[in-house]
Amino acid sequence: MLMAMFEEAWRAMRANRLRTFLTMLGMVIGVGAVVLMMAIGQGAQIAVGQSINSMGSNLFIVLSGFHTSSGARSGTGTGSSLTVDDGAAIADLPGVALVAPVAPGVAQVVWGPNNWNASILGTNPDYLAIRGWPLAAGAPFGDSDMRSATRVALIGQTTAENLFGDLDPVGKTIRVKQSPFLIVGVLSPKGQSLDGRDQDDVLIVPLTTAQRALFGAPQPEVVRTLMVQAESEELMAQLEREITALLRQRHHLREDADNDFFLRNLTAVADTAAEATRILSLLLGAIASVSLLVGGIGIMNIMLVSVTERTREIGIRRALGARQSDVLLQFLLEALIIAVVGCLIGLVLGIGGALAVGAAVGIPVVVGLGPILASLLVAAGTGIFFGYYPARKAAQLDPIEALRYQ
Amino acid sequence: MASPPLIELRALGKDYVTEAGLWPALHSVTLSVMAGDYLAIMGPSGSGKSTLMNLLGCLDRPSRGDYLLDGQPVAALSGDALANLRNRAVGFVFQGFNLLPRISLRENVALPLLYARVRREERLARATALLEQVGLAPYADSLPNRISGGQQQRVAIARALINRPRLLLADEPTGNLDSATSGEIMQIFAALNGEGITVVLVTHEPDIAAHARRLVRFRDGRVVEDRPLGSEPC
Repeated sequence: MLMAMFEEAWRAMRANRLRTFLTMLGMVIGVGAVVLMMAIGQGAQIAVGQSINSMGSNLFIVLSGFHTSSGARSGTGTGSSLTVDDGAAIADLPGVALVAPVAPGVAQVVWGPNNWNASILGTNPDYLAIRGWPLAAGAPFGDSDMRSATRVALIGQTTAENLFGDLDPVGKTIRVKQSPFLIVGVLSPKGQSLDGRDQDDVLIVPLTTAQRALFGAPQPEVVRTLMVQAESEELMAQLEREITALLRQRHHLREDADNDFFLRNLTAVADTAAEATRILSLLLGAIASVSLLVGGIGIMNIMLVSVTERTREIGIRRALGARQSDVLLQFLLEALIIAVVGCLIGLVLGIGGALAVGAAVGIPVVVGLGPILASLLVAAGTGIFFGYYPARKAAQLDPIEALRYQ
Repeated sequence: MASPPLIELRALGKDYVTEAGLWPALHSVTLSVMAGDYLAIMGPSGSGKSTLMNLLGCLDRPSRGDYLLDGQPVAALSGDALANLRNRAVGFVFQGFNLLPRISLRENVALPLLYARVRREERLARATALLEQVGLAPYADSLPNRISGGQQQRVAIARALINRPRLLLADEPTGNLDSATSGEIMQIFAALNGEGITVVLVTHEPDIAAHARRLVRFRDGRVVEDRPLGSEPC
């Protein structure tokens, strides 16, 4: 019986091909838009998540304060308040896993005929663990390299590519500011940071070497940044207070004095960014859903026209023995088929579009099974919801009136 | 005869609600039709014959009185039960043929079987057999607009017969046909009646009514004449 009903519905739809197609188009566009937006939104969420994870987890960044000269304040990190000893003191706090002091700089790096302007990071061996940044080749430098300020370096992927091309950098000696540095390891690729910088364009050297041989720092103990990793996320709020208190005490700040450093909770920043992306993708989905609603109203509209147009047919069917429920089912099935077939086409176009956009813009695009099943359910629901009223109208027609209808 | 009449009407009445209040289309019709009878109903327009046909065909319910179809009172039946009667007990033939324009003749003939929940293969096989009987087998896969009016009416008769009803209701079946084609259609009715099917025919043409065995004339919602017709149809 149901098969026969499907056939009947199919025939009625084929008889009005253009109209059926246009009605379907509403669903196609609606579902396609929802799937496309969801895929892009989820892709953006994942991209943000990757950037956040590339920072490392449960991180604080302590920046030295600004330097004030004749009332003009420089930016953060210009002061000279943070020292390696501050880092060691923070590392002794319970709940702190690792601390890495970081002194950044920029230098021209030379190998043979090639040269390249790269970021230089002077830090300790714990830095890689804090950032969750494994080596692709070679070995890291160790504490002994820190003590003796060895001229060794870990090279980032971008820098390695620009200096060595396809050659293996490990064991090669490069020159940075006239000093020879032995490449001991190659970092694995890290990608872009949250602010879009290429994190792979970098040379990581022992802090002591950087301060003495590269930056010529007058106070080698002073660093720009301390990276602090907590043992767990739950400890972060408490640690934030304890680190602040500890540094204020070590810097001999009076009660009413401002901090001479900045403490940033990167997890909080990351959460905010993730939340913003999530809201954005919800918003995209909501806007796309409106077109699905419009598609549903289109179905209802056409089904109402169809019922009026086929009044006589309904009368004939009733006279030949169709029950009200038979007529109801027939029109409901038509609406359902339009909705579901439109949905399937929309899924194909939406997924195709998402993949195309992803390839063109270079963002990850995620087409999950969830949104696909959800849009099928929503489409079927839309078909039934917007098809029910016209179908009921058809079923409740008086057969005599319907037969008389011209 | 021991068996009850196929159709028994007792003081049957039907009112329509109009802007001017209730309008009685049928006053009080008492009528019996025995199985195997061939009845022609005549009367001017507005005399209530179409209303009677709608009631006989279970498309409508009476306002007063009783209608017993094959001994069973129809007034008490549910909508689905009425649909079932229309499907199995009654065959309809309309003036305008009323074939569905977008499906083939075979599928038109098979349509009532869809609502009788018959399987597809059997539906189409039975429809093909009936089309053969009315001489239209070569057109089984054509659409209705490809054949003449007389041929369409033959398809409509095949459709009315497909569930083997005991009662055939024909409302002006020759109204849209020329006289030669009308004659062919009337021969089919006569043959069916000869097979034992009860035929009730509404017409306003005396020479069409002359084919029947009994004539009932309506005026103003009442039976004004009810007499047997003498000879067998010519």
